[in-house]
Amino acid sequence: MAEGKSRVDVGRRQFLGGAGVAGAAAAAAHALTPVAPASAQTPAQTAPPAGAQPPQPAGYTYFKPQEALFIEAVVDHMVPKDELTPSGTDIGLATYIDRALAGSWGKGDRLYMQGPWARGTANQGYQLPLTPAALYRAGIEGANAHCRKAYGQTFDRCTSEQKEVFLRELSGGKITLAGGLPGRAFFSVLYDNVMEGMFADPIYGGNRDKVCWKMIGFPGVAANNAENVKQYADGRRFPANPVGIADMS
Amino acid sequence: MATKLPPVDIVIVGMGWTGGILAKELGPTGLKIAVLERGGQREPKNDFAVPLIRDELRFSSRHDMMMDVSQDTYSIRNNPSETALPMRRLGSFLPGEGVGGAGAHWNGVTWRWPDHELRIRTKYEERYGKNYIPGDMPLQDWGVSGAELEPYYDKFEYVAAISGKAGNIKGAIQKEGNAFEDPRSREYPLPPLLQNHASQLFAKTAKELGYHPFVRPTANASQPYTNPDGMKIGQCQYCGFCERFGCEANAKGSPLITVIPVAMRNPNVELRTYSWVTKVLKDSTGKKATGVQYVNVLTGEEMEQPADLVILAGYILSNVHLMLLSGIGKPYDPQSGTGVIGKNYAYQAGAGVTLFFEDKSFNPFIATGGWGTSIDDFHTNWNFDRTKHGGIGGAYITVGGSHGRPISYRPLPPGTPQWGSAWKRAVAKWYQGSINISASASVMPNRINYLDLDPTYTNRFGQPLMRMTFEFRENEHKLVRHAAEVIGGIGKAMNPTLMSKPAPRMTWSVVPYQSTHNTGGAVMGADPNTSALNRYCQSWDVSNVFVTGAGAFPHNSGYNPTGPVGALAYWTADAIREKYLKKPGSLI
Ligand SMILES: Cc1cc2nc3c(=O)[nH]c(=O)nc-3n(C[C@H](O)[C@H](O)[C@H](O)COP(=O)(O)OP(=O)(O)OC[C@H]3O[C@@H](n4cnc5c(N)ncnc54)[C@H](O)[C@@H]3O)c2cc1C
Repeated sequence: MAEGKSRVDVGRRQFLGGAGVAGAAAAAAHALTPVAPASAQTPAQTAPPAGAQPPQPAGYTYFKPQEALFIEAVVDHMVPKDELTPSGTDIGLATYIDRALAGSWGKGDRLYMQGPWARGTANQGYQLPLTPAALYRAGIEGANAHCRKAYGQTFDRCTSEQKEVFLRELSGGKITLAGGLPGRAFFSVLYDNVMEGMFADPIYGGNRDKVCWKMIGFPGVAANNAENVKQYADGRRFPANPVGIADMS
Repeated sequence: MATKLPPVDIVIVGMGWTGGILAKELGPTGLKIAVLERGGQREPKNDFAVPLIRDELRFSSRHDMMMDVSQDTYSIRNNPSETALPMRRLGSFLPGEGVGGAGAHWNGVTWRWPDHELRIRTKYEERYGKNYIPGDMPLQDWGVSGAELEPYYDKFEYVAAISGKAGNIKGAIQKEGNAFEDPRSREYPLPPLLQNHASQLFAKTAKELGYHPFVRPTANASQPYTNPDGMKIGQCQYCGFCERFGCEANAKGSPLITVIPVAMRNPNVELRTYSWVTKVLKDSTGKKATGVQYVNVLTGEEMEQPADLVILAGYILSNVHLMLLSGIGKPYDPQSGTGVIGKNYAYQAGAGVTLFFEDKSFNPFIATGGWGTSIDDFHTNWNFDRTKHGGIGGAYITVGGSHGRPISYRPLPPGTPQWGSAWKRAVAKWYQGSINISASASVMPNRINYLDLDPTYTNRFGQPLMRMTFEFRENEHKLVRHAAEVIGGIGKAMNPTLMSKPAPRMTWSVVPYQSTHNTGGAVMGADPNTSALNRYCQSWDVSNVFVTGAGAFPHNSGYNPTGPVGALAYWTADAIREKYLKKPGSLI
C-alpha cells in the first residue's frame, strides 16, 4: 500500500541527506499523518552531491498538511528520482507551486473574474470562478475524495499504479471532482505548474541547482551568442553550463 | 464629472509603434500634441536589465509586458450561434501595454505586402474570374497600391533597422533574396542575420525541391546601426529572449529606441502615461470629434482632453473597441451585411510539423526573434496557381525557432508519455534535436467573422467588452490543408529520425498562443459603404479621426502585419501633414 511512497521518500532523503533541512517541511506535514513512520525521518548518511546549492528554506505558506502530502506525492510521481534528476520534491517543485499559489498569480492576478459563469467550449478556455489557489484547494480535496472512494485511501497513500491511473484519468477528462469541478481543468493548471517548477529560473524555488536545465543543456540567462551563433551553426552541441538569475545578481 | 483640460491640437491614443510614428512625424509641425498611453513608461536600461529580463516565467508565461485582462478583455466565440465568454486569461494573442506597446516585445519579422494583396479583389477577379470569390467573403481592395506604399515601406525599414536581403531592386532579381517580392527602391539597411543549422538544412532541402529559400527580413539588427533619425541600434546577441521580452542590447528595432525618443525631443509633444482613453467625444452633429475622455488610472479621476484632431493608435483591438463605444461609424451587422465597424475581422491561420533528429544538435537557445529561412513559393508568388488548393491567399513557410526557453519549448514525438522517467528521458533526448517547420497562412474576411460590443460583460470602467466572433472558415481550411501537405513533403525530404503528423489548424481556440496578428474591424477602402476608413486611414464618418494599425487591413495575408502597419502609419502621417492640416476635412 505505501510502497510507492516509501520508495520515493528514501530517494529524497538520500539526495537532501546531509543538509537535513528540506526534510523539515515533510516532517511537519508527516507528523500529522500516521503514514510516515518516525523512522523514515532519520537523515540518511549520504552526502549532498558536489556543487549542490544550499536547499531553499523549507516550509509551506499556502498548502495545508494534507494538501502538501498530495502535492509532494504528485510531483514525486510525475518527476521520479532517476539518473536525470532527483525527485520532484527534492528539486523544489512543491515549494515552487506553494509560492506561486501564495503569491499574486495564485490569487488571480491577470485573471478576468466577472460573471456570469458558464462552461463554454474548449476553444473558449478557462471559465471557472476560481483563482488558481482556490482551484487547488477544491481540486486537491476532490482528488483525495475520489481516491478514497476508488482506492480506499488518499492520493498520497495510493500505490504507484493507482496514482498513475488516477492522473491519467484526471488528465484525460474522465474524472469530475466533488461539486462538479471538472478534473481536467485542475489537472491542466497543475501540470503547467509542474513544468514551470522544473524549467523556470531556480530563483522561484523549483529547478533546484538548475538540474532541469542541465538535463536538457539549456544555458539559462547569460546568453551573448554573437560568436556562438557562428561556431555552433554546424550541428555541434553547445556545451551549456547553466547560469541563473541568482548567479548573476 | 470629468475634469476638462485645456485643449490641444492633436491627441494620440496609445504610444506603441504607430503612436510613436505619428508623434514623431507630426511633432515638427509645432502643434500641441498630447499622447495618452494607458500603461507606464519604460526605459530599456532599467526595465530590460540582465539578469532581470531573462525570466521566462515572468515575461513569457505570466505576460508581464502585456495587457492585463483582469481590467479589460474580449469576449470570444467561434460562431454567432454561441454565447461569447470572456477571455479570462491571455493566450492566443498578446496585446501590449505600456510605452512602446507590443512594439517593445515583438519578434521583428517585417514584410512588404505585395500589390496583389493590396488590390486583392481586382487581381483575383482578373486572374480567376468573379465566381472564384465565394459569396460569403467580403473581399475588397485596400484603396492603395504597392507602388504608392513603396517609399513608406522603405522609410519604416530604415527606421526599424531591418536586416534582410532584397529580392527585387527596381525589377532586377537578386539571387539571395525573395525573388517573389515587389520591386523595391534599394537594399535593406542591414545585411541578413546569420542562420543556424536547422535553417541551413531547410534551405538546402527546399532548394533541392525546386523552391526559393531566403533569409527572412527582421528588426533584429545584424550589425550596429544608426537610423536616419540618428538613433543608435546595437548588434543582436542571439540571446533567445526576444519576443515577449525587451532587448537589453538595444538591438531590436522597437519604437522605444527609435521614433518615441525622437518624438519626445519636440517640446510641443507631451506623453501622458497611465492615461486610459475610454471614449472619443463628439459634438452634437455627431460628425466631428471634440476630443477624448480618459481615466487617470493612478487616481481613478476622469479627464476630458479637448482636441481638434484625434488619432487612434491603440492597437487594432483598442481602436475598434473605441470606435464602437464612441459611435464613430456604423457598427457592422452580420445578418444584413451592412455597417462597417467590426467588419472583416481576421487573424492568422497556419500549420506545423516537428522533425526529430537523433544525431543532431540545433542549440535552439542560440536564437533571435525574427530570424529564419522562408519560402514564399505558395504565398507571394503570384504565379502559383491557387486552383491547386481552391482558396484565396496562401502560406509562407519557415524554419526559424526564435528560442529554446524550456517552460514552453520542449518538442516531443507523438506518443511520448506526459510524465515520469520515460517522459524526462524523451525531453532530454529531443530538446536539442528538433526542428519545427511552420506555415503562416492568410485569413480572408468572412461575413460572420466580426467584432461588436458584448451584451453582458464589462471592463473595469463598466463599459461593454468587445466581442470577437471568429473561426477559421472554409477558405482557411483549404489553405492550411495544402500548407500541411507541403511542409510534410519538405519534412520528409529532410530525412529526420522521426516526424510528427503535419498539423493544419482547423479551429480557433483562445488558449494556445498563435500570433498577435489581429486584423480588420476598421478597414480602409474606396467605398464608405464597405469600409470604415478612406485610403488615408481617415474615418469616413468623422473626418477629424484617423485610425492606425492593422484594423485597416481588409484581409489578412500569411505575412506578419507590422510592415504595412508601419508603412501605413507613415503614409497617414504624410496625409495629415501635407493635406489635412492645410485643409481640415475629408481628404476624399
Ligand atoms: C509577442 C509578439 C510578437 C510579435 N511579433 C511580430 C512580428 O514578428 N512581426 C510583425 O509584423 N508583428 C509582430 N507582432 C505585432 C506587432 O507588435 C504589432 O503589429 C505592432 O506593435 C502594432 O502597432 P500598434 O501601434 O498598432 O500597437 P502597439 O504597438 O501595441 O501600441 C498600442 C499602444 O496603445 C496603448 N493603448 C491601447 N488602448 C489604449 C487606450 N484605450 N488608452 C490609452 N492607450 C491605449 C497600448 O497600451 C499600447 O502601448 C508581435 C506582437 C507580439 C505581442
